[in-house]
Amino acid sequence: MPNPTELGIIVLSLKVALVGVACSLPPAIFFAYLLARTNFPGKTMLDAIVHLPLVLPPVVVGFALLLLFGRKGVLGAWLADWFGIVFAFRWTGAALAAAIMGFPLMVRAIRLSIAAIDRRLETVARTLGGSRAWVFASITLPLALPGIVTGALLSFARSLGEFGATITFVSNIPGETETLPLAIYSLVQSPGGDAQALRLSLFAVVLSIAALIASEWLTRRSGKTAGADDRR
Amino acid sequence: MIDVDIEQRLGAFELRVAFRAEAPIVGLFGRSGSGKTSVVNALAGTSRPQRGRIVINGETLFDSDRGIDLPPDKRRLGYVFQDGLLFPHLDVESNLRYGLHRAPPAARVIDPAHVIHLLGLKTLLHRLPDKLSGGEKQRVAIGRALLAQPRLLLMDEPLASLDVLRQSEVLRYIEQLRDDLHIPIVYVSHAVGEITRLADTVVLLADGKALAYGPVDEVMGRIDLRPHTGRYESGSVIESVVAGHDLRYGLTTLRFDGGELIVPNVEALVGERVRVRIRARDVSLAIERPAGLSVLNVLSATLVAISGEEGPIVELQLQTGEAALLARITRKSLHELALREGQQVYALIKAVSLDRRSVGYA
Repeated sequence: MPNPTELGIIVLSLKVALVGVACSLPPAIFFAYLLARTNFPGKTMLDAIVHLPLVLPPVVVGFALLLLFGRKGVLGAWLADWFGIVFAFRWTGAALAAAIMGFPLMVRAIRLSIAAIDRRLETVARTLGGSRAWVFASITLPLALPGIVTGALLSFARSLGEFGATITFVSNIPGETETLPLAIYSLVQSPGGDAQALRLSLFAVVLSIAALIASEWLTRRSGKTAGADDRR
Repeated sequence: MIDVDIEQRLGAFELRVAFRAEAPIVGLFGRSGSGKTSVVNALAGTSRPQRGRIVINGETLFDSDRGIDLPPDKRRLGYVFQDGLLFPHLDVESNLRYGLHRAPPAARVIDPAHVIHLLGLKTLLHRLPDKLSGGEKQRVAIGRALLAQPRLLLMDEPLASLDVLRQSEVLRYIEQLRDDLHIPIVYVSHAVGEITRLADTVVLLADGKALAYGPVDEVMGRIDLRPHTGRYESGSVIESVVAGHDLRYGLTTLRFDGGELIVPNVEALVGERVRVRIRARDVSLAIERPAGLSVLNVLSATLVAISGEEGPIVELQLQTGEAALLARITRKSLHELALREGQQVYALIKAVSLDRRSVGYA
């Protein structure tokens, strides 16, 4: 069983990953719908931008976040002044980094499942009197649920393992930004930390497997309500 | 009253359709690619014509000049697609009720319980769509469209994805709807049989244009439209009343303006109106009343017109009373019998050729 320090690290990691996933889910659904269902000038560009975190070195993403959301960054200063939201060297910053790194995976999965929905189902719903928003909520969203679950889980798993962007953006502050990968890294770097690093690594394995099982269960459940989707 | 006058360019295809129709069931008939579905989409508001006007029962749904274009959810036209398109994540009952609460309360005149009974859906309510047969799906789709309280039902080839048995099952339900709910229907099909059995008024579409519209027997009986109504399918439609049943032989006698027709057993009560479609190739001619014949139906008729086309087969338009009848014979017979327009002839129709599918409830 984890000791109090280890437990703190695990809880922080989970908090960072969950908040990251929860906050990125709505924009991910929005962009996925945009990319799957609409055509507009600059769509290829938007697609590329969404995918950037997947192809850039994580350190570059972390550095970009530092420039944008740091205390002196354009967005960072503005958010701090107006809303009191501070990312720099806080766990919220780690959550932001995790959300950004997981975003492309999430959008991809959701976009695929929206594109797989027969558009005529949405048309039928419109002719039955459903407004655009209601049709989205009652038809598109439930039918895309398996993809949304998959996307959320991929992003969650990616967040648990997030290292480069996090350490660049918010550094490694025990109790504030030190998630599992960061803690394991610093243990490996310090003499005699191997045994502890191994323990933390085992917890990381257990967490990942638990997440996989949970997602499998969720997908099956959402597949049941989403009808034939999981049987295809 | 459906008043349509629209122009729409869809890629290389140009739709330019104008017609007015007032009938319980208006048939939109044409081959695939003639623009039937484009017209229905324009009616439903799922595609927008460049120019024109769509008025249904006095309400303008679309008018390019006045800048009116109601969105699909405000048009209140129930759209039934070829393959049903039930929402796969909702059970039958939720599918049926999807549009019910979206309809304005004042317009809620169609009772859910009545529709469920009429379409025989009671036992299916808690099933998911993928547990239904093709015919059941289509019935649920029709019910769902009806419960959204539409002012008009649009049916785009609703039988096309069903086998023959299911087709007649669903057809029967559609006839019941028409008689029971008095809801106008626009019925799209490329099958002459369905159109003539169901529709009262037909709009004939070809290459994106409405070639003709009017009463079914009038339009489908016109020789000049035959290239579009189809050579093989050509025939005429006769409105008749059930005069009696011959229980011994399982035959039914139908009375119409030009006389009587004997057909195999029709499930209708004496006095009920039925519509019979007689294919032109099932009608033979004689210049004298023949005797010693197995053919049960011998009708006295006047030869009104002979189609002027070249080829081994000619088509003749006959008149029996007020009813029009089409006959197809060889050019050889035409010459040997020396038939000419205005001549009195006898039309011979085998009762056997008038099967179940050619008789429908009017």
